[in-house]
Amino acid sequence: MADKKDKRDEFRDIDISDSGHAYENRQEIYYNDNVGGRAVFVDSKEQYEPDEPYNDEVFIPEKDRGKTPILQVKNLGIDFGGLTAVDNFNLTLGRTEIGGLIGPNGAGKTTIFNMLTKVYEPTRGEIFFDGKSTKGMNTVDINKAGMARTFQNIRLFDNLTVEENIKVALHHTTNYGLIDGMLHTPKYRHEEFRIRKEAMKYLKIFGMTKTADYKAGSLPYGAQRRLEIMRALATKPKLLLLDEPAAGMNPSETTELMDTIREIRDRFQIAVFLIEHDMSLVMGICEGIVVLNYGRVIAKGWPEEIQSNPKVIEAYLGKSRGKMKEEEEKEKADIEKAFRKGRLESAASGKPDRKESE
Amino acid sequence: MAERLLKNISTRGLKKTAKKGMQYRKEAMISYAILFIGYAVLQIGAMTGIVGRNLQGQFVPICVYVSLAISLNLVVGISGELSLGHAGFMAVGAFTGIIVMRVLEQYITIVPVRLIIALLVAAFVASIAGFIIGIPILSLRGDYLAIVTLAFGEIVRNFMNVLHFALDDKGHLKFAFNHTIEGITNEQRIITGAIGATGVTKTATFTYAMLLTAFTLFIVLNLKNSKQGRAIMAIRDNRIAGESIGLDVKKYKLIAFVVSAALAGMAGCMFGQNYSTLAPVKFNFNTSVLILVFVVLGGIGNIWGGMIAAALLTILPEAFRQFADYRMLTYAIVLILVMICTYNPAIKARIQNIWKKINPLKRKKDEGKKDKKKKSGKEAE
Amino acid sequence: MSFLTNLISGLSLGSVYAIIALGYTMVYGISKMLNFAHGDVIMVGGYVSFILNMYVGMNGWLALLIAMVVCTVLGILIERLAYRPLRGTGSLAVLITAIGVSYFLQNSALLIWGANPRVFPSLFEGAKTIHAYNGQLSIAPASIFTIAANIVIMVILTLFVSKTKAGKAMRAVSEDNGAAQLMGINVNQSISLTFAIGSGLAAVAGVLMCSAYPILMPTTGAMPGIKAFTAAVFGGIGSIPGAMIGGLILGIIEIFSRAYISTELSDAIVFGCLIVVLLVKPTGLLGKKVHEKV
Repeated sequence: MADKKDKRDEFRDIDISDSGHAYENRQEIYYNDNVGGRAVFVDSKEQYEPDEPYNDEVFIPEKDRGKTPILQVKNLGIDFGGLTAVDNFNLTLGRTEIGGLIGPNGAGKTTIFNMLTKVYEPTRGEIFFDGKSTKGMNTVDINKAGMARTFQNIRLFDNLTVEENIKVALHHTTNYGLIDGMLHTPKYRHEEFRIRKEAMKYLKIFGMTKTADYKAGSLPYGAQRRLEIMRALATKPKLLLLDEPAAGMNPSETTELMDTIREIRDRFQIAVFLIEHDMSLVMGICEGIVVLNYGRVIAKGWPEEIQSNPKVIEAYLGKSRGKMKEEEEKEKADIEKAFRKGRLESAASGKPDRKESE
Repeated sequence: MAERLLKNISTRGLKKTAKKGMQYRKEAMISYAILFIGYAVLQIGAMTGIVGRNLQGQFVPICVYVSLAISLNLVVGISGELSLGHAGFMAVGAFTGIIVMRVLEQYITIVPVRLIIALLVAAFVASIAGFIIGIPILSLRGDYLAIVTLAFGEIVRNFMNVLHFALDDKGHLKFAFNHTIEGITNEQRIITGAIGATGVTKTATFTYAMLLTAFTLFIVLNLKNSKQGRAIMAIRDNRIAGESIGLDVKKYKLIAFVVSAALAGMAGCMFGQNYSTLAPVKFNFNTSVLILVFVVLGGIGNIWGGMIAAALLTILPEAFRQFADYRMLTYAIVLILVMICTYNPAIKARIQNIWKKINPLKRKKDEGKKDKKKKSGKEAE
Repeated sequence: MSFLTNLISGLSLGSVYAIIALGYTMVYGISKMLNFAHGDVIMVGGYVSFILNMYVGMNGWLALLIAMVVCTVLGILIERLAYRPLRGTGSLAVLITAIGVSYFLQNSALLIWGANPRVFPSLFEGAKTIHAYNGQLSIAPASIFTIAANIVIMVILTLFVSKTKAGKAMRAVSEDNGAAQLMGINVNQSISLTFAIGSGLAAVAGVLMCSAYPILMPTTGAMPGIKAFTAAVFGGIGSIPGAMIGGLILGIIEIFSRAYISTELSDAIVFGCLIVVLLVKPTGLLGKKVHEKV
């Protein structure tokens, strides 16, 4: 027992002040400015307070101004057991805008999607969808109101066929009751025929008619992503949320996807809001971009503004090579230091060392 | 609007499930064919005397268990929830049916009409029971749901133990809870607590029971191939995605549960009409498990598989009556072995390999492909 | 005073449930399976102890010890032969197999020992029932011992799981099977150990239960098994203190509803309480809430 106690004390003495933890050492945090639509920076030590309520109209593309924005989010935040995952998130999205949400891993992007679709109930703030508050709505109501989404890790109905996956999404436009369904009345036949045609229409648009009778789970990755977008579209949404639609795609597929997203917007006249790590896609099709880090919006603006801001480039679109290397080396040194220390300890206590496999 | 936007996806190397819209039709055809052939074979066997008296006595129970397997498949296979209380709904249906038949005896003399009314009432009462139990349990998941269905089955059996029904001299239905009814002759009693139903006029016949099974099959197959059925299966496959496209998860789980309960109630009603006495003990946990075993051995979600399993597992113990002592023991061992052989990936692959060697003509390619795919899928997980 | 008598017999019955529930809860925690055969291991424990006591003439306590060893071996064998081949294939397949094992044990017992109920000789034959307040309050020695045994087992088990290396390995496996394996923990060994402990405790529970309710049949274990399982779910399956609390509450509810409401309906009341608890707390009293990642 005494031995154990000593070890614990040893751990207490380890100095971590020189490890340069990213969270503590961050000097500047960006806040969005409410006037110019331009990313500015403020010192994190003084609390940034906007002078007047947000007027996000300026962030909407010109063609959508004057109409009710499809999505307005005000001071949205969520805590997970004391940990603030997202805080003070504001957004306005035009009726036919393609918006982008970017930020490093763990910034809280998917959490925002989950709050918008009420998979998580936000702790703070308000969401107005099509001018109406979504307070008290659940995921199902949100979809019925006209918001559809895809998932980062594809969520299809794997054991249903491709065609059925779309037919399920057409559920609310299929007009027959349970009795019709159980007895297969003429009404059932008529409606089934109609939605089958409609499902095939979606399949045709996305070039997947040949796959109609395959199980969704057996499709290749790219096709599964397409199917997920199709399924979301089949619920006839006004706003489409895409969570990393290009993940796992090769460059040519990504280019194709960009055209598709633009086409979807033009054809169905809906808004699209997407999370993506592929900057070529984001910069190529997004009309407005929000940059998120550590659960906070750090910049907001048009693609050119985001792109041209050197600080944003450094932090989120990739650092300059030299600087990256420098930091990497420092990190490596830290790890090595800690590792060596651990090895010395284990050598001292006479325990065999586990081989590091890296 | 239907112009092509994207390059067509190649379908090379993919495994096709079935031809267009055929997969349900195929399933339906096989199921109805099994039902018809089974009916014909047993009926002819009974007429020619090949099938013995003992087995003939099992005709109605076979049909009842086949319908129960079909209706439980709606919950376990199509809705993907484990239910350990199916016998509870069966019990509700059986006792409701017995009471209705006895009460209506004085008003309606035509047996089929009376039976249909009894079946409908049994379905209605069982569906109410399903609804009452369904509302709380459907917010639970997985094993918790299973244990509550088990609890429900036991509660039903317990209540049956203290229920007393009788018809008095004037033909009024009398009811007592937890005490016997006084001033009534034994013949007038319908249900007497733990003794159960007595003096039931047997009205169930093989044909009626078979018609009921066909009806159950019709409802379940149709439901599976409807928007409601698709919604239920979609929720089974991915609840969160289902919600994201606007499917009310609780509503569709409840639909599956209630329809299944109603069908089990009807099967129970038919079951009750096959015996002159019926004790609540008959509907204990073991019966629920038995039905579940039919479904699992037939392949979860595979409706005709469950039908065959139910029929065979009802006939076989009857056929091996002389080995009664070892019957259940063998049953247990077979059950364990079948589960291990069908679910353990390594053993399954080995069996398929042996099968290929023995049977080189039959689907050599097909089996191999399937095997590979399954394996790689497992590894990826 | 009858209240106090009932309370004590409730605690005693609850202690039996708690000891059985431990087996369920530990096995569920580590391999996420409902081991329906657990109740029948109790029955085997009861029979072994009975045979040794009656026909070999062994001392009851020694017989208990041997019954524990037999059940431990039985538990390990069941896991090795029936459950291990199905690990990782989904809960339904394992559940059905467990039911198969349960049938197997029941019918083996039926063939070996016959269907006739046997009267089990109590462990505490010589000890006198304590009477107080002019005989209004009576406490059976079996009750006191059962309650004490429950507490001791619970303390030892909690210490074992939290302090020893094997216990920590068990916890690691129950948290994340794959990760534990990568950390060099022998998962098979941990699971075997869990089954061994659970089955050994089942033998204790079997003997204690038969001492209090001295009728032994091949189906003796089935109903207490189901109720103990209910107790484990009641307290939050996977949690050791949960099993204890669940078992005790269930025992008290059962005895009280038998005494004050209805003997026939006591089971219905017990199961009804389970449903109510799960409605309010969907993962039991002490169960952890699991969040699905989206």
